[in-house]
Amino acid sequence: MLVSTKWLGDYVNIKNIAVEELAEKITRAGIEVDAIIDRSHGMTNVVVGYVKECVKHPEADKLSICQVDVGEETTQIICGAPNVAEGQKVIVARPGAVLPGNFKIKKAKLRGEESNGMICSLQELAIEGKLVPKAYAEGIYVLPDSAIPGEDALPLLGLDDQVLEFDLTPNRSDALSMLGVAYEVGAILSQGIVLPEVSYTESAERAEDVLKLRVDAIEDNPMYVAKVVKNVKVAESPLWLQNYLMAAGVRPHNNVVDITNFVLMEYGQPLHAFDYDRLETEEIVVRRAEEGEKITTLDEAERTLKGHNLVITNGQEPVAVAGVMGGLNSEVHDGTTTVVIESAYFAPASVRQTSKELGLRSDASTRFEKGVDPERVAQAAERAAQLMAELAGGEVLAGSVVIDELDKTPARITVSPDTINNRLGMKISLEDMLSILDRLQIPTEAVSGKLVIDAPTRRQDLRIEEDIIEEIARLYGYDEIPMTLPVGESTPGGLTPYQAKRRTVRAFLEGAGLYQALTYSLTSKEHAQQYALETAPVTELLMPMSEERSVLRQSLIPHLLEAATYNVARRIESVALYETGSVFLGLEEDGLPKEVEHVAAVLTGKWVDHAWQGESKKVDFFVMKGIVEGMMDSIGQLDGLSFEQAVVEGMHPGRTAKILLNGEEIGLIGQIHPTEQKKRDLKETYIMEINLQKVLQTEVDEVLYTQVPRFPSMSRDIALVVASETSAGTLQAIIRNAGGKLLKDVRLFDLYEGANVEEGKKSLAFSLTYFDPERTLTDEEVVKAHDKVLKALTDEAGAVLRG
Amino acid sequence: METQLNQLKDEALAKIEAASNTKELNEVRVAYLGKKGPITDLLKGMGKLPAEERPKMGALVNVIRETVTTQLEERMAHLEEQAINEQLAKEAIDVTLPGRPVRTGNHHPLTRVVEEIEDFFISMGYEIAEGPEVEKDYYNFEALNLPKGHPARDMQDSFYISEEILLRTHTSPVQARTMEAKDGAAIKIICPGKVYRRDSDDATHSHQFTQIEGLVVGENIRMSDLKGTLSLFAKKMFGADREIRLRPSFFPFTEPSVEMDISCFKCGGDGCNVCKKTGWIEILGAGMVHPNVLEMAGYDSSAVTGFAFGMGPERIAMLKYGVEDIRHFYTNDVRFISQFHRTEA
Ligand SMILES: [Zn+2]
Repeated sequence: MLVSTKWLGDYVNIKNIAVEELAEKITRAGIEVDAIIDRSHGMTNVVVGYVKECVKHPEADKLSICQVDVGEETTQIICGAPNVAEGQKVIVARPGAVLPGNFKIKKAKLRGEESNGMICSLQELAIEGKLVPKAYAEGIYVLPDSAIPGEDALPLLGLDDQVLEFDLTPNRSDALSMLGVAYEVGAILSQGIVLPEVSYTESAERAEDVLKLRVDAIEDNPMYVAKVVKNVKVAESPLWLQNYLMAAGVRPHNNVVDITNFVLMEYGQPLHAFDYDRLETEEIVVRRAEEGEKITTLDEAERTLKGHNLVITNGQEPVAVAGVMGGLNSEVHDGTTTVVIESAYFAPASVRQTSKELGLRSDASTRFEKGVDPERVAQAAERAAQLMAELAGGEVLAGSVVIDELDKTPARITVSPDTINNRLGMKISLEDMLSILDRLQIPTEAVSGKLVIDAPTRRQDLRIEEDIIEEIARLYGYDEIPMTLPVGESTPGGLTPYQAKRRTVRAFLEGAGLYQALTYSLTSKEHAQQYALETAPVTELLMPMSEERSVLRQSLIPHLLEAATYNVARRIESVALYETGSVFLGLEEDGLPKEVEHVAAVLTGKWVDHAWQGESKKVDFFVMKGIVEGMMDSIGQLDGLSFEQAVVEGMHPGRTAKILLNGEEIGLIGQIHPTEQKKRDLKETYIMEINLQKVLQTEVDEVLYTQVPRFPSMSRDIALVVASETSAGTLQAIIRNAGGKLLKDVRLFDLYEGANVEEGKKSLAFSLTYFDPERTLTDEEVVKAHDKVLKALTDEAGAVLRG
Repeated sequence: METQLNQLKDEALAKIEAASNTKELNEVRVAYLGKKGPITDLLKGMGKLPAEERPKMGALVNVIRETVTTQLEERMAHLEEQAINEQLAKEAIDVTLPGRPVRTGNHHPLTRVVEEIEDFFISMGYEIAEGPEVEKDYYNFEALNLPKGHPARDMQDSFYISEEILLRTHTSPVQARTMEAKDGAAIKIICPGKVYRRDSDDATHSHQFTQIEGLVVGENIRMSDLKGTLSLFAKKMFGADREIRLRPSFFPFTEPSVEMDISCFKCGGDGCNVCKKTGWIEILGAGMVHPNVLEMAGYDSSAVTGFAFGMGPERIAMLKYGVEDIRHFYTNDVRFISQFHRTEA
């Protein structure tokens, strides 16, 4: 909403307050003023000129040489506008003038002819092209004959004005009218307001006698007022009216249309003007459209209507889409003499639906959508009739043609001052409350200690006691509210065990050298299930904005790989990233997908890189595995953790494993398949993804101290030769199983394949630690346990002992 | 004999002085003080001397031996020290060479902001509530006083999965779910999480972003409690001398609704480019929980009141750290994330 302070001054006295201060007060009281637009843009030396003579430039077809009376002298100005002509009153920027955009006007010579200034278009005075009346859109603006040469053109054009740009919240549709703004500003400044005085002379002929009215869809159109004005002379509007409209962001057309737009802005009530003769039937019927019915609207587009759209018809065919746009067939034109003024209440939902379906949003539809003031429907029609009599020479027929079943009862709200003060934590007196409501012109009575309020129909946002609390608080001032803290039972607050463990996981991974990434949940169909630990039906958007972001992900890996590629492409060759986030497995019975929190990581490039010391190590499977083991250890889940060689699509067939917790699959670890790596411009890249939710929900033993050993432990080393395909994990499991209670630890310390070892075999060496917390072990006991281990290795894995 | 002895002494002392390392010195020791050395020989030859000369000569031999021994030990100590110093000199390093870096990562800046906010409210007795990112229309809109057909819930603005299911557009549905689950009991929660809106990604918009909201419900919760809580929060998050101001606003789920500004932390209120010359920065939206919202969740709005607030960690991070483009938070450029590794306190 653009509010011209010049126009606002017609209703409320704002002469004694600086515009910046006014804007600040309005903002603090609840309507945000986004900007203050100075329409003068600091222009000076812009005056009215009279074109006494105008001839073609001998050297240039498109230029005219004009002799212009600018009051104190007559001076020569070269003008390039096609519409300049002798006898016009025009806007002249004199030498020394500075136009918007820091455009300085100087004396100049154009093709050998002197030019002392410039004849201006409205665009050159910073009026947007779309607001300039069509007749002057391609050339200079022509002032009315009454303009006096030499007089300052800015006030004449209403450019000595400051416009407040409101950012209105949806509840304050009352401020979508100048009168609504006047009520608000009046309340803020504790001033009364002056409403427009509406009076005109009616002709003897009655509107009812020339126009019939019927509404067939009363629930969508509970009130319709039509007035008829005869002998209208369609012409350009007076300058003040055009100025007001342009300041409000509306393009002037002709006096009849401009009047409907002016009243729309003044009252917030959209009006429509029909050419009575073009209606042809002397009848208006409001009804729902027939399915597929067509109408060509004012913008010359043919619209196909649906059965629920509301239309205004002449009893036969549509002449307007109700509340949205008029029809071309009944448009007011230069030759129009009789005008029908329509002022109606159209149901917000109906207008919203129709304007959305037709893709047509207008000043009218936005107001209907929010619900116009029922009291102003008739008032606005009267105001328009008055202006048509005054400005277009019309004769207003007596009375109106009306259908009215609209409920105009004000909402009654009862609220006690105690409730208001308790809710705010304040102590405002009853007198102060009454005074605020009085400033807002909200009729209130104090009845047995309570405020009984009849909310005015212009304030549709006032319905419940909280709305009144807000009115009082915002005008009393939010700065006056004290600062307290909630009293009552105190609560410990804190993280749940799950949330605390999630923080531990993050801290571990970051301590291990990984940065936390944050990627999008929406992805492409192609990537939705790639690397997913578990797949389920994909959750798809109804109206995606792009294929890339059309479904919800089931794995975090693809976007992490994307992040790795992004960094590598920017010469950050070593990337270590992790992410915790949800994957979406749907659809469950209640229609929502199952959301499972996962943790995933990606490593590529170097893991160790100490250049001057010559230490460098690429990331590999075991770096990632160490990270997984450490992470699981940090949340007490190392014991049940195991890894099982696996073949997974998109992964290196020999360097991939499933991660298991207590025998249950919880994750994936390994190298991306070289083909996939190449596709993504990555070198050797490792990933892991784990169902974090499952891990964090697995019970953990409490941390309990075990005594620091008082007795020595004994170590024995074993070197074995086994078949290449026998995994270290298998051997370790055999050792653990056979070692019994005394075996405390098994550690692999050597792995060798190659020369000196038979083809198809490999050599491994383990260090075994035996220990009893209660006493020192004897050699015999250790030998006994160790022999068992050796036997099991030979029997179960065909291991051959070395050395 | 005396002359012989003194000659021997001078000779030994000269060799001690000439020894340039411990090995040579040891050779000198063996040569003069050893069992086969000249001094021992002299002592052995004492028997041949007349008895009256023996004590005198004996004393002289001992003096010589002591002198040689002392000199030898001193020289030995000196040579040992010299050897150590030479060794240490060889071990010297260039201390200006770079240290061995300790590999660490760090929180994403948004997590950093979210955890800072969480920790403040935890210290005030709040719990953290979480909920699904794919929500029912009911919890995302209806339960928050946004009935079907309400203009603020345009299909164009939300990612719908079906008529009744969508990606949540705010974390408020977690509040609705918590209220429903608490069954009339008092509530003090913070709800952080990812939310989604149907926006094209640009410098100031992101189709996915984060939100953190708070909700307090109980008997006699007042707007002054909201103001006091937010003021403490502003001081914790943006500096002890921050002031706040509330401006009336509108949200369907609160009434009255306000927006909170803080005094600019960059210029202190004088006006700068961060606060767009106003001295104030808009930080969050808040209000008293709308009675319809309480009623729908099963609370008696005549007995129980509440306040709620919500903010965007992206906006806070952008203001706090001076990040100019919201897309930085989602491109995962290591050069961006790694800048948020150190503490500020
Ligand atoms: Zn500032």
